Amino acid sequence: MSENFEPVIVGFLCNWCSYRAADLAGTARLKYAPNMRPIRVMCSGRVDPQFVLKALRNGADGVMIAGCHPGECHYVSGNIKALRRFVLLKKMLRQLGVEEERVQLVWASASEGIILAEKVDKMTAEVRALGPLNWNKTVLGGNGHPVVKAEPVAEEV
Amino acid sequence: MNEEKVGVYVCHCGTNIAKVVDVVDVATWAGEQPNVEVAREYKFMCSSLGQELIEQDIKEKGLTRVVVASCSPHMHEKTFRGACERAGLNPFLFEMANIREHDSWITDDKVAATQKAKSLTNAAIARVVHHQPLEPIPVEINPNTLIVGGGIAGITAALELADAGNHVYLVEREPSIGGHMAQLDKTFPTLDCSACILTPKMVDVGQHANITLLTWSEVEELDGYLGNFTATVRKKARYVNEEVCTGCGICIEKCPAKVLDEVFEVGMGTRKVIYRPFPQAVPKYPVIDKENCIYFLRGKCKACELFCPTEPNSIDFTQKDEILKLQVGNIILATGYDLFDVKRIPQYGYGRLKNVFTSLEFERMVNASGPTDGKIVLRDGKTPPASVAIVHCVGSRDENYHKYCSKICCMYSLKFAHLVHERIPDAEVYNCYIDMRTPGKGYEEFYHRLLEEGTNFIRGKVAEITDAPRIPAEEGKLVVQVEDTLIGRQRRVPVDMVILSPAMEAKPDSKEVSQLFKMGCDFDGFFTERHPKLDPVATMTEGIYIAGACQGPKDVPESVVQGAAAAARVAGLINRGTVMMEPVRANIDQDKCSGCRICNNMCPYNAIVFHEDRHVSEVITALCQGCGTCVAACPSGIITGAHFTNDQVFSEIEGILWDVRPEKVLA
Repeated sequence: MSENFEPVIVGFLCNWCSYRAADLAGTARLKYAPNMRPIRVMCSGRVDPQFVLKALRNGADGVMIAGCHPGECHYVSGNIKALRRFVLLKKMLRQLGVEEERVQLVWASASEGIILAEKVDKMTAEVRALGPLNWNKTVLGGNGHPVVKAEPVAEEV
Repeated sequence: MNEEKVGVYVCHCGTNIAKVVDVVDVATWAGEQPNVEVAREYKFMCSSLGQELIEQDIKEKGLTRVVVASCSPHMHEKTFRGACERAGLNPFLFEMANIREHDSWITDDKVAATQKAKSLTNAAIARVVHHQPLEPIPVEINPNTLIVGGGIAGITAALELADAGNHVYLVEREPSIGGHMAQLDKTFPTLDCSACILTPKMVDVGQHANITLLTWSEVEELDGYLGNFTATVRKKARYVNEEVCTGCGICIEKCPAKVLDEVFEVGMGTRKVIYRPFPQAVPKYPVIDKENCIYFLRGKCKACELFCPTEPNSIDFTQKDEILKLQVGNIILATGYDLFDVKRIPQYGYGRLKNVFTSLEFERMVNASGPTDGKIVLRDGKTPPASVAIVHCVGSRDENYHKYCSKICCMYSLKFAHLVHERIPDAEVYNCYIDMRTPGKGYEEFYHRLLEEGTNFIRGKVAEITDAPRIPAEEGKLVVQVEDTLIGRQRRVPVDMVILSPAMEAKPDSKEVSQLFKMGCDFDGFFTERHPKLDPVATMTEGIYIAGACQGPKDVPESVVQGAAAAARVAGLINRGTVMMEPVRANIDQDKCSGCRICNNMCPYNAIVFHEDRHVSEVITALCQGCGTCVAACPSGIITGAHFTNDQVFSEIEGILWDVRPEKVLA
């Protein structure tokens, strides 16, 4: 199954550093794995752990959260809050059986297109080696919960 | 929500996108997605024809949402929002998919790129249906401006703004404005006397009715946002009453204590303990150096007070630091640079070999008002050197220190060579350079002039400077060991004096300064501009501008240009009076807030207040910067981050994973 497997990684990139780092990587025509699909958030501090879970549940094989370096956050300390949440989230994911490499937090400033590209390449290779996540089986299946007859996603309110 | 009519526009960007992404396929596919009313591809969406396409469809097909799949939103979001607005659609009902910077430019794999383009476009379609019309927030601009740093960049910015009738607070850390330029003797390539062109500007600043000059002061805190900053400035005690001091200088003359001047004279000369950094200092009031003052150390002396001729006496030993709160609308940072510490390269012998000088020491030496009255002499203070080696690229273009080219060193090193030729006509001058970099008006011509003046140019990086002779001719000399790459041979050049041309580097506290002003700086410590090409004086933080060498190595004319450019940007905002801010703000649903206060500590701007009476939290919109940290933290999920709501992001996640979505998903 993992032959020719290309992982899909959702990236949450902060507007000020990492999104611009990705812009710069493109502008500089750096070639890196196209597997990361970026979603722009204003700050890595906006990344609700639910976003990560939602992405994994919806078929992503990995999630990258990218923000400004500690001390360089456009919003002073949002990235530190992201880091705190990340640590807790990792604990939870471990309990669910999701491998370490699948959810990564990286720092890349606006001028670090190369660093962002390298991290994406590295993470893509790592997740590729792990194979597909297959949330329904790995996480839910292993827990004894039935996978069938689930309601489609509905965010009311 | 399901009745939205989305228009999708896929841009070729010439061949930038179309070369790798099958844009026709993406557009055709997009046209089949739910809610999509029309999907087109076009050569250049940002062209006026491309924009008209959107406007037409909004009007004729009644589009309620627009998606453009093209470049980065940092590039053209504004452009397309404008197109929507012109056609009567709220600009926030638009979303961009970045299929250029994040897709076509990063891979040659056409299949993967096209798939990714579909994902990003689909994410935008899924997201945009949840968009809500938003209105930009009007912000009034306080017409006062704070300029930090009184070097040539800050001076230029201050004068430009003040001459245009705006009030400026110019804050300088040192007792006088002038910056590095005041220390220089001549400026390349015209050999203008630095002081002669700078001091009139300094005087203008000192006398300008629209400039409040705060020297010997530092910004300690900054609150607020574009148009409405409050800066807390510490005006350090001078122990001299500026109201009455006439600047006559008798106190300086009478002060019995002398110390080494490490700042202005870079250790080459002395100054009194009550001092002005240099005779033309602006303002003219002296400062008492408390740490070395005999009165402060031993409780008696007061010579300055005794001889002060003013009535009442200008000397005030009881003076305290003052804390000022300045209300300003914009801020220009022009905090300048420092020189690379040449002691970090021990093989160049600075500090160990006494006749190795730094560039700034040499500048002071050749300056007529400097410690040697402009005579070029060895450390003994009397012997003129018969031979001088000037070492370029000390700490710059060096993997071990700074990779960047410090840009100005070639030119000032040439200037030094010229000055040696001028003052000591018989002296041999050797310039050891890696590459000669002289781009600029009249710069290359200056290099040619030096070639004709008889300077010896050696192309090679200096390996070592030593006083260990190998042959009799090297006895008592400094030997510059350098590979001459043009003749492919190692050379040992015996000289009397070596001048090191160190790299310009960021101020050691630039990181702290960038945090204080909530803007970015790069790894080298230079402040980061909004766009390296198209927006070089703005920063990522609205209302904060940068000018001069704090942004990167720069010579005087470039610093002046940036100072003026930053002033023009600020003047533009002041003229407008009111600007519209992105309405990306958080909002707490007052009816649903449980008053847990978790969000209160999350906010880096203290924009969330807690109402004790009602037991709910509220976001002060004017203070909120829209980072969304509180939104992510709210356990009840009742904080809305406008334009980045949970609905919008969740839909975007679903959309971006359209091709890998498992059959059934647990909600």
